[in-house]
Amino acid sequence: MILIIIWEVISKLQLFPAFMWPPLFIPNEQGGVTILKTFIDGIVSGQLLEATGASLLRLVIGFVIAVAIGLLLGFLIYKFKIVDDTLGFFVASLQAIPNIVWLPLAILWFGLGVGSVLFIVILGAAISVTITSSAAFKGVNPLLIRVAKTMGSSGWHLFRTVIFKASVPQLIAGLRIAWALTWRAVLAGELLGGGGDGLGTLLDLGRSIQAMDLIFSIMIIIGIIGSLIDNFVFVRLEKFVFRKWGISTT
Amino acid sequence: MDEHILLENVNKSFPKNNRSETVTLEDVSLSIKRGEFISLLGPSGCGKSTLLNIIAGLEKETSGKVLVNGNPITGPGNDRIVVFQESGLFPWMTVLENVMYGLLIKKVPKEEAKERAMVWLQKVHLGKFADRSPHELSGGMKQRVAIARALVMDPEILLMDEPFAALDEQTRMVLHQELETLWRETGKTIIFVTHNIREALVLSDRVVLMKTRPGGIKNIFPVQAARPRNSSDSILNYLENRILSELEQEMEKVLKEELGSDYALKKDRVYIDPHNNLGSDI
Repeated sequence: MILIIIWEVISKLQLFPAFMWPPLFIPNEQGGVTILKTFIDGIVSGQLLEATGASLLRLVIGFVIAVAIGLLLGFLIYKFKIVDDTLGFFVASLQAIPNIVWLPLAILWFGLGVGSVLFIVILGAAISVTITSSAAFKGVNPLLIRVAKTMGSSGWHLFRTVIFKASVPQLIAGLRIAWALTWRAVLAGELLGGGGDGLGTLLDLGRSIQAMDLIFSIMIIIGIIGSLIDNFVFVRLEKFVFRKWGISTT
Repeated sequence: MDEHILLENVNKSFPKNNRSETVTLEDVSLSIKRGEFISLLGPSGCGKSTLLNIIAGLEKETSGKVLVNGNPITGPGNDRIVVFQESGLFPWMTVLENVMYGLLIKKVPKEEAKERAMVWLQKVHLGKFADRSPHELSGGMKQRVAIARALVMDPEILLMDEPFAALDEQTRMVLHQELETLWRETGKTIIFVTHNIREALVLSDRVVLMKTRPGGIKNIFPVQAARPRNSSDSILNYLENRILSELEQEMEKVLKEELGSDYALKKDRVYIDPHNNLGSDI
């Protein structure tokens, strides 16, 4: 609230031109720009919503593919010592590279556009999921595995019914991290590498036409979506699992 | 009663480092009759849990013969179910689903599995808790579920690895009685690992006392007391004293090794150091 007032006062003082520091609610001159107006106009005209939809679609596609790859690699690392020694080490060192660094390479391989964005999104999140899932599988309480074995479970059945299920709390935490990585990667990729019609591209447009109000509208959307999904999907999922398993969160 | 489990010259050693290995079990031979309740008793490090795991098929013996019904053990099988010290219930399943788990592996139809699981939950007096999560149960209740989960599989042999060690004394006494009842009803062969002499004596037909370094069998005590047992039975008291004195020797051996050769468990004994021969070499 205080921040909003300070913002509003600075814009009224006209220290900066309106395109650099636009007012939030009250226009400086009759019919002038405000962030709120641009935000509502953008949503009414569909421009912002379309861009949000395009970014979200990429996000979901990238996330699903990344999780599938990550879980598969995590399983292989868990199951085969040789994969752990080779790929496991390689993946751990790959993680040290921020995924946006791959963008120049991705642009060379896939050209400017959706392909490059998806590539860096999947790469970053898949590495993260690989590491958390292999660690989760390895960390399953050996007692549970012995119990299952003495009941006659083995092989794939053992993995499916015990090891995977026992890893669920750690996997959810891992997915949550992967999700945050994915959201960042989508926007960074769109901002730098184009990709048509997403929020990141719109941000770049806002910069080139010097429309700070547009940039702010987009930032608001990004923040809202990021925290909505985190709160409504992952935090709830985590709470549900923790309650069912009797893990205390305090 | 015919022979059910036969151990012949079983050895088990773990590699310690590249050169040497730790011998956990040395030359263990034991024959267990069908329907017998037998306890493996000993201090920690005597290999009693290892022996149980070998019979369960969770570990492999280094050498020797382990036969069940005359056939060698190749791996875990649902004719031999283990109940562990911690219940090891799956937290993502309800109590009922936990008990059904093994039956579904055996390809029992779901409805039938449910019925059979319910029957066993009622036998351990937890019928009302079928739809609860394991974390809502107390330690004793969890062990009851673990016993139901093992017995619902109708195994020939029930292997119990210190199942009541983590429980309080009152709960343990109740569970002793119930286990004895279940054993008499079902006629299973039970191998019960414990470090509690009373527990072993109250429950078993025979108590196998194990020794340490290297691990193996020290002595076997048949417990010929009437059932249901009364813990003040004079036979039990007599056996307890005999086992205790043999255990003391074992404990002293371990403590000497850990704390130095001049350690003596009983302070009122004359200590004779074999390296200090009172000047006879002068």
